[in-house]
Amino acid sequence: MKILVCISPVPDTTTKIAFSDNNTHFNTQGVTFIINPYDEWYALVRALELKEAGVATAVNLVTVGKADAEPIIRKALALGGEEAIRIDTESNDPYVVAAQIAEYAKSQAYDLVLCGKESIDYNNGVVGGMLAEMLDMNYIAFASGLDVANGVATVKREIEGGEETDSCPLPLVVSCQKGMSEARIPNMRGIMAARTKPLKVVPAADIQPLSNIVSYDLPPAKTGVKLIAPENMDELVNLLHTEAKVI
Amino acid sequence: MSVIVLAEHTQGTFKKKVFEAVQYGAAVAQSMGTTVSVLALGTVSDAEIQGLGQYGAQKVLHVADARLDNVNSRAYTKALVTAAQKENAKVIIALHDVSGKAVAPRVAASLKAGLVAGAISYPDLSKGFVVKKTVFAGKAYAYVNISSEIKVITYMSNTFPVKKGEGSASVEKLDVVFGDKDFAIQVKEVNKVTGAVPLSEAELVVSGGRGMKGPENWGILEDLAKTLGAALACSRPVADSHWRPHHEHVGQTGGTIRPNLYIAVGISGAIQHLAGVNGSKTIVVINKDPEAPFFKAADYGVIGDAMEVVPRLTEAVKKFKEAHQ
Ligand SMILES: Cc1cc2nc3c(=O)[nH]c(=O)nc-3n(C[C@H](O)[C@H](O)[C@H](O)COP(=O)(O)OP(=O)(O)OC[C@H]3O[C@@H](n4cnc5c(N)ncnc54)[C@H](O)[C@@H]3O)c2cc1C
Ligand SMILES: Nc1ncnc2c1ncn2[C@@H]1O[C@H](COP(=O)(O)O)[C@@H](O)[C@H]1O
Repeated sequence: MKILVCISPVPDTTTKIAFSDNNTHFNTQGVTFIINPYDEWYALVRALELKEAGVATAVNLVTVGKADAEPIIRKALALGGEEAIRIDTESNDPYVVAAQIAEYAKSQAYDLVLCGKESIDYNNGVVGGMLAEMLDMNYIAFASGLDVANGVATVKREIEGGEETDSCPLPLVVSCQKGMSEARIPNMRGIMAARTKPLKVVPAADIQPLSNIVSYDLPPAKTGVKLIAPENMDELVNLLHTEAKVI
Repeated sequence: MSVIVLAEHTQGTFKKKVFEAVQYGAAVAQSMGTTVSVLALGTVSDAEIQGLGQYGAQKVLHVADARLDNVNSRAYTKALVTAAQKENAKVIIALHDVSGKAVAPRVAASLKAGLVAGAISYPDLSKGFVVKKTVFAGKAYAYVNISSEIKVITYMSNTFPVKKGEGSASVEKLDVVFGDKDFAIQVKEVNKVTGAVPLSEAELVVSGGRGMKGPENWGILEDLAKTLGAALACSRPVADSHWRPHHEHVGQTGGTIRPNLYIAVGISGAIQHLAGVNGSKTIVVINKDPEAPFFKAADYGVIGDAMEVVPRLTEAVKKFKEAHQ
């Protein structure tokens, strides 16, 4: 069984967000990029666990990104996986990202494609579902558990107000979230090994975006917290009723 | 041309967020000079469906196939694409919730339609089709233009107030021919949290962090939540230490919520925690450390010991409720 894990490079969670060119571009100056936490902690680690358990035979990684994404891919390879593919383009239209991955993956006969629940930059959660449609595969979103036996996946997933366990024959696309596995830290051996693992660069297919970000802005700053004395909870309740109008 | 809204029911009833999505779809249709249709899937009564008329639905297409009672991205996609083509829909709207997010991307890919995930505004038609959404976990907004002929939107609930009006929708049965492949996913087991308000839909939320010291102290938060009619949430270390179940964990790696009121008790307000809650309309922070970063994101703050402040707040809420019966 071959697994493909989709790795999205994203700004570090503590990044101060700023824009340039009249608020039309995200200003990446001084921003540190990391592996999208859902992709790293859940999708990739679960794929590696399945390989260690002898269920998967290969784990490949794919990123749609320019050359500056390579340190992130190497970091992912330090956790595990045999090879990585970088599709040489950049887009914040999820359709383009999904179509690029689909274009590459369709000839590779992957049994399982894992992605994260969403990228923490644009908060879409869209690429996995689009990819499933493009590859004509089933799709299970928001999975918190995944096992595979005899070509059938058993997946625990979030539903409205609870959890559901599904079974589905492969091939399958799964979007992963908390519960799936415990985060790992790459060790020295992994980091050394990652240096020599193959990182294939694939030219981008000609795919036109269907959406584009016109501009950005920042939410208005909070006007400042109103402090209430700890003895005076009646006042707090009163403010929540008359001023905030939430109770 | 028309606008179509996917209305997903929960065991035969529509929830408030569905009314909100229908109302949003009706407003979008009106701004485009066209009509809105709604798609209902699975086992739901005609009376319940007709009720969507009170929120602006004129016509509801109903695929009464019981296999659709569980959300299945492939079968739902086929139904929605069939309905959209029949209605010549140019805009397709689903909720930005676990079900909508599983279906909308497939529909968009199938129709080669651009998608905005988590819309918090009406489309601005003066500049094309520009929709506002939050990005960077609530730290900023993006204005996204969809350029394809067909557009897909997942709509973030609790954005616009719901207004109940007059009206009754007409119900039209829709036949969709499914293949075995469409139901390849089999449901083995369903576990629903019963009784409590699901966190993702709660309008009021009481949340505890490591400052609560241990699971044995959660009783005072449960009392407050019960008195308010609120759901419970927690920070990540609390769930990681198994003080509370994982589904209560909010933040960057947990759930994202946008309640009207979020009361954070003994939570420092790390950026990754804020990422899951900063869409809340009003934030109250109770923390004994005046320097806790959460106060910067709060509307109301109480500097004090949670063990004393929370029971006092619960009493004050009780008093208020009795006075406002
Ligand atoms: C990539 C990444 C993702 C993460 N994702 C998440 C996430 O999804 N959600 C999340 O919550 N965290 C997340 N974290 C962790 C986050 O950075 C913080 O460590 C965490 O939120 C801290 O939890 P806390 O506020 O409960 O605990 P602490 O930071 O320990 O804060 C406890 C607070 O309680 C106060 N306190 C103590 N005693 C009392 C008392 N008696 N009365 C009142 N107040 C008291 C203290 O003053 C302090 O402010 C993530 C971290 C990383 C690196
Ligand atoms: N540029 C990218 N390259 C590879 N995978 C991606 C990329 N962007 C998103 N993904 C995958 O798709 C998931 C959902 O992303 P998104 O739809 O952007 O929120 C992520 O968790 C990744 O697994």
